[in-house]
Amino acid sequence: MIESDVFVQALQDIGVDFFTGVPDSILGGIIAELMERRLYTPAVREDEAVAMAAGAYMSGKVPAVLMQNSGLGTCLNTLISLNMIYCQPCVLIVSWRGYHGKDAPEHLVMGDVMPRFLDTMKIPHRTLSEKTAIDDLKWLAETFMKQRIPVALLITKGVVKGLHP
Amino acid sequence: MQSRAMAMAALLELLTDQPVIICNGFPSREAYKIADRPTHFYMIGSMGSASAIGLGVALAKPKKQVVIFDGDGNVLMGMGTLATVGALKPKNFIHVVFDNEVYGSTGNQPTISNVVPLEKVAKAAGYVNVERVREREDLVYEFKDMLKKDGPSMLLVKVNEMVEDVGRVMLDPPDITKRFMQAIA
Ligand SMILES: Cc1ncc(C[n+]2csc(CCOP(=O)(O)OP(=O)(O)O)c2C)c(N)n1
Ligand SMILES: [Mg+2]
Repeated sequence: MIESDVFVQALQDIGVDFFTGVPDSILGGIIAELMERRLYTPAVREDEAVAMAAGAYMSGKVPAVLMQNSGLGTCLNTLISLNMIYCQPCVLIVSWRGYHGKDAPEHLVMGDVMPRFLDTMKIPHRTLSEKTAIDDLKWLAETFMKQRIPVALLITKGVVKGLHP
Repeated sequence: MQSRAMAMAALLELLTDQPVIICNGFPSREAYKIADRPTHFYMIGSMGSASAIGLGVALAKPKKQVVIFDGDGNVLMGMGTLATVGALKPKNFIHVVFDNEVYGSTGNQPTISNVVPLEKVAKAAGYVNVERVREREDLVYEFKDMLKKDGPSMLLVKVNEMVEDVGRVMLDPPDITKRFMQAIA
């Protein structure tokens, strides 16, 4: 399991310096660490978080938005009609609820379709694993700056330490 | 009551190099026609997002006074952002809402801002200064005052449904991004 502080430090090391989002239990440890480092600006909806991140990006920041995958539905229009159309990159740290069909009923549909959904949206994505973490982060940094679109790092349960291990 | 274009022109005269984020629909088109500046970010899609974009700029650039030109329909759609702004209290955040009580850009369908006073919602959420104005003199007076004060502030401007004869914003969105970034760097 990756420690939350190691994960946050790795994001900072690739240049991310503005964090916002809406919590999910899988992301609890990461958000707690971000709050301790006073780096986290809480949003009330994922579309708001994505728009706030866009404002921060245009002001010279490298933004990341944390969200549960259900929030991808909420911010779909913002990702398309702001980030995609205006060529604005954003790191999306997305918890993968409903992974392999094992979760509460409300997560099963999005959990199943998410990779195809992201492919359809042409949002590059990769699933974080402890073994490939260094490569995953490197890929994230490169894709972010090269393509100038949102790029998603998917986090399944138990890969990054949560609040209640 | 004045038209939004008249109110907007009066405000743009008082602005110089402040970042201005303008919501989608006719407000962006009118601002583009009245005075196109590199410090303008025209949000041509993403209804409801202008204030959140402005919040991101205000947080990342605390020394710049950030102005948002919004519409009543846009504010109602992104109403959660009033709460986020009210809670975070960026001092450099001036939220101007041109309230014509309709979705003017799509054919004047009524919004609900005739019965929901948006500046009171903002005040309850934690905005520091809020004003509702109708006449041009009050508009200019209150806006000048807000430029001097610590925010977040909301200036709700009651306007009529008249729209200017305007075309689309004739800039490519990626160029809007680049130009705005350079202008506020
Ligand atoms: C998500 C979404 N829903 C609907 C629209 C269509 N639309 C474009 S502008 C607009 C009205 C905006 O209303 P308001 O902010 O009051 O500005 P006004 O048109 O009155 O100037 C609507 C409904 C849209 N662009 N995006
Ligand atoms: Mg309106």
